[in-house]
Amino acid sequence: MLSIIRTMWITFMHMFHKRETVQYPEQKNKLSTRWRGRIVLTRDPDMGERCVGCYLCAAACPVDCISLQAAEDEHGRRYPEFFRINFSRCIFCGYCEEACPTYAIQLIPDFEMGEYNRQNLVYEKHELLINGQGKYPGYNYYNIAGLAIKGKGKGEAENEEPPVDVKSLLP
Amino acid sequence: MDSEVTDRLLIIAGVLAGLLIVAPGLIWLERRLLALWQDRYGPNRAGPFGVLIVLADTIKLFFKEDWIPPFADKFVFVIAPGIVAATVLLSFVVIPFAPGVMVSDLNIGILFFLAMSSLGAYSIILGGWASNNKYALLGAMRGAAQMISYEVFMGLSLMGVVIMAGSLSLNTIVEAQRSMWFVVPQFVGFVIFFIAGIAETHRLPFDIPEAESEIIAGFHSEYSGMKFGLFFVGEYLGIILISSVVVCLYFGGWLGPAFLPPLVWFIIKTFGFICLFILLRASLPRPRYDQLMEYGWKILLPLTLVNLLVTAAIVLSMKGT
Repeated sequence: MLSIIRTMWITFMHMFHKRETVQYPEQKNKLSTRWRGRIVLTRDPDMGERCVGCYLCAAACPVDCISLQAAEDEHGRRYPEFFRINFSRCIFCGYCEEACPTYAIQLIPDFEMGEYNRQNLVYEKHELLINGQGKYPGYNYYNIAGLAIKGKGKGEAENEEPPVDVKSLLP
Repeated sequence: MDSEVTDRLLIIAGVLAGLLIVAPGLIWLERRLLALWQDRYGPNRAGPFGVLIVLADTIKLFFKEDWIPPFADKFVFVIAPGIVAATVLLSFVVIPFAPGVMVSDLNIGILFFLAMSSLGAYSIILGGWASNNKYALLGAMRGAAQMISYEVFMGLSLMGVVIMAGSLSLNTIVEAQRSMWFVVPQFVGFVIFFIAGIAETHRLPFDIPEAESEIIAGFHSEYSGMKFGLFFVGEYLGIILISSVVVCLYFGGWLGPAFLPPLVWFIIKTFGFICLFILLRASLPRPRYDQLMEYGWKILLPLTLVNLLVTAAIVLSMKGT
């Protein structure tokens, strides 16, 4: 009997406690920087696309929501001809971000992407591309990789030495 | 003569309208209070403080599919929810809201109230039986057992008050409390009556007939739309009824300091008990079915009888001297 009255008293005193509710649309929760939300495609510092169309994200995606077609421009740089993410399938697992070798695909702290029409949840490349570098500023894949493109030959990348002449025996 | 009839009709209309407005309002009140005691907000979007949620709920209930299961006993299934609302509303006939504001001053007021609240049990039994569903039947059986066993000492517990006031009329009982509220000499009786009252309205923690976690929704598992709404309104009307009867019997009814009109005193006291009902729901877990029965028959019934005996002995001895 006493414990019942005590329970009621404790419950009653909760009247004077702070409410835990976050009044969502007016008052927003702070999302952590590693929040896995909307997927974006980032650009390198020279505003070129980072994506090289390697298909690793599409292969890693457990729900097959990413589809793309790789192409190559006149400089020898690869880029996706189209890049499509179906967000009505996406489970925001972040495996695509982990798989990406060039930091192109990234998940950002934004989840407010509700739509009345399901078809609008299929994002095309122009909707995914942002004019920024995302979480890895200063990174440019082609400046680091040893791959030769137009305007940058073999051995001209950062921290790279000129290729060894294998035809010669001299040191 | 004629003006008396119109007065009576006005009182009936006023009581009916007041109850039918307040009962759905209690849904909002309960949700807000539960939220308050659970550190939440509750419904706060529609209208000022979210009161219009009641309107939204009502409209929703009216437009929902009103489904009668093909395996149900149709006639009984349809009338069952009406019984609970009707019996509870009928009980309000004998409640004195203020001097003169009373539908009928029956000299068997308490008996009438007990009879009507017992009839309410039919709604549960018939509703559960007509649904032809095993969970509904289980709920109905539990409800029947609970209401019958708690009715026994519900009636007995308020006999102490009847002995002290010397009348079954609620009006006379309220008048008899001018010197002292009956809660002081009849505290045991008050506690037992209140517990039995909770069981009678099958509110939490005694919502054994519904028991969502065990038997879905118990006796009203198969009900939808406004039939379910009627069960719901009946439950809230029951809360108001038990609260006002407790106020009349033990807390002096409309009696109170003269700076407020009697009706306001009555409403304030009743409102306090309604809040207590909601607080009970917010804080206590549901007992097991056998615990409920054991508690009723082995503890509360003997206590009630002792209380009745002692009260009768004291009143008799005081009369004798």
